[in-house]
Amino acid sequence: MDFTPEEWQAIWLTVKVAIVGVIGSLPFAVAIAWVLSYTRFPGKIVVEALVSLPLVLPPVVTGYALLILLGRHGVVGHFLDRELGIVLAFRWTGAAVAAAVMGFPFMVRGIRLSFDVIDRDLEGAAASLGAPGWLVFLTVTLPLAVPGLLSGAVLAFGRSLGEFGATITFVSSIPGETRTIASEIYALLQTPDVDSQILRLCAVSLVLSFASLIVSELLIRAGQRRLQR
Amino acid sequence: MTGFEFSARLDLGDFRLDAAFTGAERVTALFGPSGAGKSTILRLIAGLLRPDDGKVVLAGRTVFDSVARINLPPRKRRVGLVFQDGLLFPHLSVRQNLLYGPWVRRAPRPASFDRTVEILDIGRLLDRAPRHLSGGERQRVAIGRALLSDPAVLLMDEPVAAVDQERRAEILPYLANLTQEFPIPMIYVSHAMEEVERLAQKVVRIRDGRVEEM
Repeated sequence: MDFTPEEWQAIWLTVKVAIVGVIGSLPFAVAIAWVLSYTRFPGKIVVEALVSLPLVLPPVVTGYALLILLGRHGVVGHFLDRELGIVLAFRWTGAAVAAAVMGFPFMVRGIRLSFDVIDRDLEGAAASLGAPGWLVFLTVTLPLAVPGLLSGAVLAFGRSLGEFGATITFVSSIPGETRTIASEIYALLQTPDVDSQILRLCAVSLVLSFASLIVSELLIRAGQRRLQR
Repeated sequence: MTGFEFSARLDLGDFRLDAAFTGAERVTALFGPSGAGKSTILRLIAGLLRPDDGKVVLAGRTVFDSVARINLPPRKRRVGLVFQDGLLFPHLSVRQNLLYGPWVRRAPRPASFDRTVEILDIGRLLDRAPRHLSGGERQRVAIGRALLSDPAVLLMDEPVAAVDQERRAEILPYLANLTQEFPIPMIYVSHAMEEVERLAQKVVRIRDGRVEEM
């Protein structure tokens, strides 16, 4: 298929935004998942609900919240701009943040489920053998959670590919900067006689999303096999 | 000093433990029906559970004392723990499992490695993954892993309970050999009299969270 330069740009940008969003949010997801799986504290249910909120909130609301928080005049955005020279609004990095937020629930869920099923005695055994807590985490907990971590990350990646509402609200749809596949399709829908172009991009979207679901499923299975006891 | 001293009270709501015993023998058996609190006692000794109050002394070293506010973390208690179903690290090979203790403590490979592997007869399993071992083999590796972490006391939580009758007869001689070869005091939890009779010099009977008779 011969894509136009604009289409290539959108496809590449979509993948870049999703990859950066997933990798950037992975450490936070691991930390939150660990806290939810290993600790008990009052108000935990609120944190759990907060993490899952992007799943049920209208994406446009999430995008608007990001704009208020991270926009140039936002509470955090103003600080980032003034102190660190980082601007997220209307930049591809902002799109990555939106992708990260929208994919976050999937990632936390995947990792947390993995943590939940780890036999705590296995970690007790590691501690008894002389390992300090951080080493138990690195050598036992984390390796055993890798399948869930990967499948969560792949699902979050897939979710990011399809991100539209939060992205367009937070960073708009600027060709070459924030116009991902979804916003490119939306832009094309406002143009007459481009049906074949729209269909092509839809096909790309379908292939990418489908592939990430398959990969996620394969990772779960491979992990289950590897970690059987 | 090679003996140990244990006393603890623990209230878990549906289960209460209030037990005290000492041991200077090579193998002390904790004997009693399931649910009596034997495994709980091992967890308290290992530091995986914390008693409401009590005192645990291992080889002359106080690892827990509620009055003196001493509570060493599991990694500093020097206990070699063998669970009922082995609990080998599934993502590591047998060799890596065996050397996990020295590795995390940045200790050199123990001089007793070859001998331990020989006694337990696990030499040909070293490069295998735990999931490719039989139940009996898994238990032998778990015992080796505990021994190679240089423990001051070995805690065995029904190490052969999950293994069928035939294999059990296969593991017990290894255990008997071990107690001869390595002069490490052992606390052996079991509800099977034959094991206790064969291995232990001292029997502590546990029932409903209490010591019934020594």
